Amino acid sequence: MSAETKAPVKKAGKGKYELSDELKAYQGVWVFVEHERGEVHPVSWELLGEGRKLAAQLGVPLSGVVLGAPGLATRRFCEEAFFHGADNCYLIEDAALGNYRNQPFTKGLTDLVNTYKPEILLLGATTQGRDLAGSVATTLKTGLTADCTELNIDMENRSLAASRPTFGGSLLCTILTLNYRPQMATVRPRVMSMPQRDNSRTGSIVQHPLGLIETDIVTKVLEYIPDNRQDKPQLAFADIIVSGGRGMKNPENFQLIWDLALLLGAEVGASRPVVQAGWVDLERQVGQSGKTVRPKLYIAAGISGAIQHRVGMEGSDVIIAINNDPNAPIFDFATYGIVGNAMTILPALTQAFKQQFAVAKMAS
Amino acid sequence: MHIVVCIKQVPDSAQIRVHPVTNTIMRQGVPAIVNPYDLFSLEEALRLKDIHGGRVTVITMGPPQAEAALRKCISFGADEAILVTDRAFAGADTLATSYALATAIAQIAKDQAVDMVFCGKQTIDGDTAQVGPGIAKRMDMQLLTYVSQVDSLDITSRTVQVQRRAEGGVQVLTTRLPCLVTMLEGTNEMRFATMDNMFRAARYQLKVWDRVAAGIEDVSKIGLKGSPTVVSKVFAPQAKTQRAEIIDSESGEPRDLALTLISKLFTQHPAMSEAVVKQSA
Ligand SMILES: Cc1cc2nc3c(=O)[nH]c(=O)nc-3n(C[C@H](O)[C@H](O)[C@H](O)COP(=O)(O)OP(=O)(O)OC[C@H]3O[C@@H](n4cnc5c(N)ncnc54)[C@H](O)[C@@H]3O)c2cc1C
Ligand SMILES: Cc1cc2nc3c(=O)[nH]c(=O)nc-3n(C[C@H](O)[C@H](O)[C@H](O)COP(=O)(O)OP(=O)(O)OC[C@H]3O[C@@H](n4cnc5c(N)ncnc54)[C@H](O)[C@@H]3O)c2cc1C
Repeated sequence: MSAETKAPVKKAGKGKYELSDELKAYQGVWVFVEHERGEVHPVSWELLGEGRKLAAQLGVPLSGVVLGAPGLATRRFCEEAFFHGADNCYLIEDAALGNYRNQPFTKGLTDLVNTYKPEILLLGATTQGRDLAGSVATTLKTGLTADCTELNIDMENRSLAASRPTFGGSLLCTILTLNYRPQMATVRPRVMSMPQRDNSRTGSIVQHPLGLIETDIVTKVLEYIPDNRQDKPQLAFADIIVSGGRGMKNPENFQLIWDLALLLGAEVGASRPVVQAGWVDLERQVGQSGKTVRPKLYIAAGISGAIQHRVGMEGSDVIIAINNDPNAPIFDFATYGIVGNAMTILPALTQAFKQQFAVAKMAS
Repeated sequence: MHIVVCIKQVPDSAQIRVHPVTNTIMRQGVPAIVNPYDLFSLEEALRLKDIHGGRVTVITMGPPQAEAALRKCISFGADEAILVTDRAFAGADTLATSYALATAIAQIAKDQAVDMVFCGKQTIDGDTAQVGPGIAKRMDMQLLTYVSQVDSLDITSRTVQVQRRAEGGVQVLTTRLPCLVTMLEGTNEMRFATMDNMFRAARYQLKVWDRVAAGIEDVSKIGLKGSPTVVSKVFAPQAKTQRAEIIDSESGEPRDLALTLISKLFTQHPAMSEAVVKQSA
């Protein structure tokens, strides 16, 4: 069964949509809690933080949705969901849910939605979340907004206003799903901030059966080969990132970025032209078509601060910009700026940090 | 083997320039290309055809100009190309798009059963990555997204084994045909168009289907009508007004600037000093 109905009923005179009684029955905000290999993807907690605000505005509960194999882990995930803001959790435990697979997860999540009817369902825009969200939205025949960077409630229509970049990132568009429920959206990791964890919070768990047996599931997981984390840059969750742009001029100068990063135990990031020139891997690109990051400290050298770069890093706590053009747009949103030649400032900065650490060491 | 590859014509984003002052996109004269992600899927389909024989059909839903993108695919070695074009498709979101494409593919299958469908991982314009999963669901096919490698395909037992990128690793999956695959970028390299295929592409009579030819009866499921999502407004991102504190020092020497910056950083953000010292250790 789906929430597909006739054309929206428009109230005379006003731009307001009146939901049918069937759709009014959809209430509450849900976040799909994604996990792999016994670990919840942090994007799920970020979404609970965001979901909390939406639920408060709507005056409805916030729920986590956990699908997994029976065992201690799923209970722990529910508990963690409470700590991160969920009021309750919907849980499906079944051996068939041990590894993520599209078919059983789509069935489980779709059944939960049809049974308990949430008005909003949020998922991470990850390889798992996107795979699942597209399938679930199609099964439910409802709207799905991809890679949102802002989520709000349009109170007039009691509807989710999901905004995402458009026109190459220079503009945002707000998308509504007016006459279908639930309203679904995905959000990339690190776009929303991590909510404060509160270990005193508790909640209730609603269990539901999967209603599918292994022999009905066509796709089988033969093996899982974990990444060797050491050889993959981990920009998304780095505390410090040192990034270089086209202003570094050549790969030799770009070494100055690596020097500072090495000293600070930081990850190296880059703007798109640097990646396109092949100075660093695609994994290191920060921005709209690269990674979204939220480090405590982001140092940008020779980066102009174009909107497509900015959207990927403006969530950083502190931004230091080094640029020889005092009018570079990056100075409009950085915390600190040094106007000057990156080729001389960077080594000086590396040197100064070294000195600072030596002093700190002596003091301790 | 009959493989259908879905491709979309998109503006070449590498050539899109952002206006330095107004921050709007400058689209004039930007050439249209085959969505770059789709080429990894097309190449994989052609590779499977090289091994197992059969036929590769490319399909796109789009305006009449999208014909050029289909011809490009013929020049790479696709056998057939179908352009699904109708004003009734205008304004489609991903739900309506996947409905139209799934119905058209079902129409293709009336001619010769379809064993596999390939889609790109995502497009570079709409950029949702939702159409592939949507088509698979509507056609009741197994869905394999973010595939980095097709390990093996057995036509007799109708099974396929692939490596699928997950967040923290790679899943090795096996499934039965028919299935829908979206390939990860960088997993293969598109072959060069041969002279023969280029000639063929130039002369090729592509099939142009309107809504009815594509087998779509219910107009409430396509275009704007069939789209649950509506764009309510387009706006410029809110500019943060806080300007950077520009670091200055008496000498203006890099060394002094660096020291001034670090002392500010550590005094104004006490937690920072701890974080930085901890990281560097
Ligand atoms: C669809 C689309 C997606 C995009 N996605 C991304 C993305 O994900 N990430 C991204 O970064 N970009 C992206 N871009 C590109 C983006 O629009 C900009 O072109 C890009 O960010 C600019 O990179 P840059 O700042 O390194 O180079 P530039 O804009 O060329 O800036 C170089 C800067 O270096 C300064 N400089 C020069 N010499 C020195 C020196 N000696 N010392 C100090 N400073 C110096 C200059 O003053 C200038 O400000 C995208 C564009 C489009 C259209
Ligand atoms: C700025 C902007 C934002 C949008 N946001 C949303 C949104 O959040 N939700 C939503 O539902 N719709 C959205 N749309 C509408 C959506 O872009 C269209 O429905 C589009 O037709 C398909 O989506 P896509 O380009 O994202 O394709 P994707 O889902 O990214 O495409 C994946 C693959 O599907 C195949 N494919 C996609 N389109 C076609 C086609 N026309 N013909 C053949 N094969 C195809 C290709 O193989 C492609 O690589 C948006 C459109 C724009 C311009």
